[in-house]
Amino acid sequence: MKLAILSAATVALFALQDPAWLALSLVGAAALVVSGGWRFTRSALRSLRILIPFLLLVAAWHGVTGEFEAGLVVALRLLAALTLANFVTMTTRLTDMVAVAAVLLAPLRRLGFSTRAFELSIALVMRFTPAIAQKGGRLAEAWRARSVRRVGWQIVMPLAATALDDADQVAEALRARGGVDPT
Amino acid sequence: MERNLAHIALFAALIAALGLIPKFTLAFGVPITAQSMGVMLCGTILGAKRGALAVLLFLVLVALGLPLLAGGRGGLGVFASPSVGFLIGWPIAAFVTGLIVERWNAPILPVATSAAILGGVSVLYVFGILGMAYMLDKTIPAAGALSLSFIPGDLVKAIATGLITAGLARTRPASILSRG
Repeated sequence: MKLAILSAATVALFALQDPAWLALSLVGAAALVVSGGWRFTRSALRSLRILIPFLLLVAAWHGVTGEFEAGLVVALRLLAALTLANFVTMTTRLTDMVAVAAVLLAPLRRLGFSTRAFELSIALVMRFTPAIAQKGGRLAEAWRARSVRRVGWQIVMPLAATALDDADQVAEALRARGGVDPT
Repeated sequence: MERNLAHIALFAALIAALGLIPKFTLAFGVPITAQSMGVMLCGTILGAKRGALAVLLFLVLVALGLPLLAGGRGGLGVFASPSVGFLIGWPIAAFVTGLIVERWNAPILPVATSAAILGGVSVLYVFGILGMAYMLDKTIPAAGALSLSFIPGDLVKAIATGLITAGLARTRPASILSRG
């Protein structure tokens, strides 16, 4: 539901050309965020920081060409779209997002495709991301223990090798437990 | 089936992990995240189809709200930011990279390196620049000029990808599935 509103609102934001309307929608999005309280607002602001380099670029660009209104439109639109999208992510629990994904996948299941492989792989990624990151950290430590040079791209090769090993083990474990689609 | 699934999932996790470990400093002192190198590696090691699926799986998890992108970003917001074109281009870049490695029968080092440059840099920047032009309301050449400064770093990453792939091919030939 929230996702549908978000998509519609984002399309609308890109259709709007008038800076006044865009400013109004930004105020609306900001009001939604502020209604979540002080800490909520602060972390929402932090997630907007990725826009700073782009906003500076836009400001510099339009400062040179003199098309201030066009620059304002772009900047306001970006801010409003990002604020709104972040608001939806921040107010939606992960389990709810997964539920939405399951609903979107339901038609596929009715057509006879199995979505189990997809669900299983999501669980696998969540489990193995910290494990691989930890191994990367250990490889970096081993590097630092032996070399005065800074850790470089070279550690990615053993890291990829461990990922391949883990994949083989996971594949065997899955097969031993009846495979992806136990019938 | 289980093997493909495990490889796709583990490489999606590898991309995520490359975004989590602190930034690498490459030669010339360019600090960059290794995440886009993970995308190139998916292509050169897993091949076109599996590589693209691994990247796609990673993006689905980002969209669901997991903070897996470099710098701990995630959620729907990143798909509303100016760099959305690069995200959309990622799976396609992995696919093209993998396709070149699969089809071009020559020593692995030059093939993997040029595949990473063609797929992971050229194809990726086409999408990235189009996306940026649209989001920032610029002409395509203008958006291209804005992204030029990132190209050297990505070229270095493509070369590193070639070296890593060649190293894996030498030490454990069976692991280069794109050539399987």
